Amino acid sequence: MIRPRFVLRMALRESRGARRRLAFLTGAITIGVAALVAINAFTDNLRVSVNRQARELLGADMAFRSREPLPERASLLADSLIATPGTDPSGARATVVSFSGMAYVPRTAGVRLVQVQAVDSGYPWYGTYQTVPAGAWHDLQSGGRILVDPSLLSILDAVPGDTLSLGESRFLIAGTVIDAPGSFGVQGAFGPPVWIAGRDLASTGLLQFGARAEYETYLKLPSGAADAEVIAEEYRPVLRPERVRIRTVEDDREDLSDTLTRMGNYLGLVALIALLLGGLGVASAVHVFIRQRLDTIAILRCLGASAGDVFAVYLLQALVMGALGSILGAAIGVGIQQALPGMLGDLLPVDVEVAISPRAVGLGIGLGLWVAAIFALLPLAGVRRVSPLVTLRRDVETRKSHRDPFAIGAVLLLGLTVVALAIIQAGEWLAGLGFAGGIAVVILVLAAAAKVLTWAVRRILRPRWPYLLRQGLANLYRPANQTVTIVLALGFGAFLLSTLFLIQHNLLSEINVEMGDSRPNIAFYDIQPDQREGVEGLLRDAGVRSTPIVPIVPMRIRAIAGRDTAARVEEADSALALRDSWAIRREYRSTYRDTLVATERIVAGTWWDDAPAAPSGTARVSVDEGVAAELGVSLGDHIVWDVQGIEVRTVIASLREIDWGRLEPNFFVVFEPGALERAPQMMATLARIDDPADRGTVQRRLAESFPNVTSLDLSLLQNAIQNIIDRVALAIRFMAGFSLLTGAIVLIGAVSTNRFQRIREAVLLKTLGATRRQVLRIILTEYAALGLLATSISVILASVAGWALATFVFDTPFRVPLPQLVAVTSGLVALTLGVGLWSSATILKRTPLEVLRSE
Amino acid sequence: MILQCESLTQTYLSGGRPLTVLNDITFALPEGAFLAIIGPSGSGKTTLLGLLAGLDRPASGRVVLDGRDLGTLDEDARAQLRAERVGFVFQSFQLIPTLTARENVQVPLELRGEPSTERAESLLTRVGLGDRMDHYPAQLSGGEQQRVALARAFSIRPRILFADEPTGNLDAKTGQTIIELMRELNRESGTTLVLVTHDPDLAGLAGRTIRLADGHVREDTGA
Repeated sequence: MIRPRFVLRMALRESRGARRRLAFLTGAITIGVAALVAINAFTDNLRVSVNRQARELLGADMAFRSREPLPERASLLADSLIATPGTDPSGARATVVSFSGMAYVPRTAGVRLVQVQAVDSGYPWYGTYQTVPAGAWHDLQSGGRILVDPSLLSILDAVPGDTLSLGESRFLIAGTVIDAPGSFGVQGAFGPPVWIAGRDLASTGLLQFGARAEYETYLKLPSGAADAEVIAEEYRPVLRPERVRIRTVEDDREDLSDTLTRMGNYLGLVALIALLLGGLGVASAVHVFIRQRLDTIAILRCLGASAGDVFAVYLLQALVMGALGSILGAAIGVGIQQALPGMLGDLLPVDVEVAISPRAVGLGIGLGLWVAAIFALLPLAGVRRVSPLVTLRRDVETRKSHRDPFAIGAVLLLGLTVVALAIIQAGEWLAGLGFAGGIAVVILVLAAAAKVLTWAVRRILRPRWPYLLRQGLANLYRPANQTVTIVLALGFGAFLLSTLFLIQHNLLSEINVEMGDSRPNIAFYDIQPDQREGVEGLLRDAGVRSTPIVPIVPMRIRAIAGRDTAARVEEADSALALRDSWAIRREYRSTYRDTLVATERIVAGTWWDDAPAAPSGTARVSVDEGVAAELGVSLGDHIVWDVQGIEVRTVIASLREIDWGRLEPNFFVVFEPGALERAPQMMATLARIDDPADRGTVQRRLAESFPNVTSLDLSLLQNAIQNIIDRVALAIRFMAGFSLLTGAIVLIGAVSTNRFQRIREAVLLKTLGATRRQVLRIILTEYAALGLLATSISVILASVAGWALATFVFDTPFRVPLPQLVAVTSGLVALTLGVGLWSSATILKRTPLEVLRSE
Repeated sequence: MILQCESLTQTYLSGGRPLTVLNDITFALPEGAFLAIIGPSGSGKTTLLGLLAGLDRPASGRVVLDGRDLGTLDEDARAQLRAERVGFVFQSFQLIPTLTARENVQVPLELRGEPSTERAESLLTRVGLGDRMDHYPAQLSGGEQQRVALARAFSIRPRILFADEPTGNLDAKTGQTIIELMRELNRESGTTLVLVTHDPDLAGLAGRTIRLADGHVREDTGA
């Protein structure tokens, strides 16, 4: 039986003396809710922005995308779609060709790889390219002009009005594009974008043989035409064999929404950890609070309150504080949400319109309240078992009951809650379950470690050890110790941050190693056969050591093992085996040579010298093992290639494993010498030039003499990748920071929970003659042990998690950066010590008499 | 009879072995009586009080309080019975530290769902604390705290009042005042009094005295 009015009044009055302690409970929840609300609201904002801006992102109703100029059949279809009989003539088409090239400004001698977009007039029909000066986008079509990304001006030290040469053509820099639909900041790091009119494309001479380009034909459907999505569904199967993909606004919307939602969900999982840690704080605060309230509970029971009454009194207090914490957290979250676009904006293709998301706020408050309630249940279960007999004898213990169905129910509910929250936040069953499982493992290991520590300390303590050391260590296992809570709170935050650090470190060092001291750091490609000697001479004259020039021959698969590719593509379609169909459909850029290179090794078959001779009219090839698996071919199988319309028959003589991590010219398919020498081809070479100025000079000379040759400064590429990893890591670390913050709060709470007991002990010690210094050393010993244990276990766990992530997700070798990890560990131990000392300050200040009087 | 106990026995586990702290206690108490339970430390006085008031369950035996057999009631039902008919006074006062004097007195009334403020105020005035009603226990002296506890105990006009060494933590003079107050209230409301003490003077005020030693009734005078 529960008496609601009594419960309400009692809860209100009872919280009086404990509002500071309960406020702590509030704080523990606040941070987690803030993190959740911020990231979920931001994800909602993103989704809304994508929905609103999807049409502007495409700039058209639909687009045909191909690697070559649009095949005739597709082009005729495009024409028919924009001029459907019976509709008004408002349809239009425009092509945008994207490719890379070297931009060179003669006045400043600046040179840089750029991403060229040759745009037909009319595009875009939706959304605008914002330029400085305004109107420059429209003027682009008058020809001879180029618009550039603002970053390129500073890289090339150029100003609008300068002449910029691109391939064999010269352009007037007419201005900058400050906002292009669908573009995002870090994209430009690989090569700042520049825009020219489609009619100027031919004059650059950049689309020579072998150059990679993407052709996008945008369509504006006439009003009254069928829905773009319907049209796309109808013609996709028709255009697939032509290697033309159809994109619609809806496709973009879905793709982007999915990607961004997933990103938001994963960041949200990191936020969820902060909330769950907050839950741990609630549990610990309620536990201590209840322990201080045992007398009151017993009195109430003695005066006739039912177990339900008393339970409700304290649950209500926890709920009210949880609600306050959640509301405060939601408010802070809304504040943080405003800052997220600034932090992540560069990674996003849409302009994020920040707005308060009622869904995120509601969800955050609801989850905060729920977590507070669930985590409070377990310690509150004991309230029901407090005997009224405590009023008569202090030594009556709360009846221990390991089989209390209520407590078991609370534990089950807690577990289910964590799993459910993880699934909801991850948005997928498997990821959610995996995440919850991971949390469980980390918690179990940390809790077990804490238990083992207390057990071990009890065992190894020796009477001959210095008294202060013994006393400090004994605090770890004495009654009412907080060892498990502190190890969990500190350990979880430390685990998260260390894992993140290890992954970031390994991804970055992977790139750095690949770039090593003697490895090539600049690549030259798109070299035509007749330019080979010239380029080699130019590099030689500049004193540059370059690798032998590698020939590259573009080709496609015509048939596999005697079967026709077209038939195979159909098969693949029907089975929806898209990966298979990609491996068949893609353009292969193959080479021929007589030796293996350092980044590959044979895993099946043998290299040319030892391999069986091929039947006449057939050449031997060596294939990457991954591609062979996707194609479903193996040693001895036949592949017929279409090399610029000529049929080349091959047999697979070996399979190779290739280290794609290295920035070197690796090839899926290598031909034996003699088969491709006369095929149309282009060349590439790599070189090492240490001085950035020298790299610039060589690039400039090449741009002057061989404008179609592209040079890729790999160190810039490396910087770009590093920049992206840094940005992503910053975002994740930002979210993980909430966990550390909550961890610190829980830590402070856990530390201060046994303050009363500590004060009594310290005073007793002082009364018996201990100096402040000695009391301090006892406290230091205890917290140093706690901090050291929590962080070293976390760092070990993080190393395992980091290794698993590196090996199975990122596919990079894993190294443990010992000095950095030692630094992380020391930092966290220092944090623990700091919190311990801070909360002990009052202990040290109290005089014995003061405490004895208050007894 | 307001209170009856039959063959009341209580054992506790001590170091893994059962320790009998009360052995076969039987007596009955008529309504309005004043019983003092006396005996040295460890004789089982407080244990007996706990059993009589339904705060604990006996190992064997039976307690009937105001016609209700406590053995047939679960913990919440016993609590309900206390809320309706039983008052308590403790050696260490047992006021709720986060509640003011007035609020402490109100608790039992609120548990019964009765209007509480006026009754609490009149009782506090009656025990001489009319000007200290909004003070917290920590702001009151020991004697004052015990007076608040008395007001709380009598707030519901209990049929029976259990007092555990009510003067044990007070100086002689203050203890005297408390006892007088308790007897006055007892007379006014006809409440049955059960008092645990080891103070012979205090026990001498009671109409009936049960002396315990080693868990046995050694003497029952005035029955």
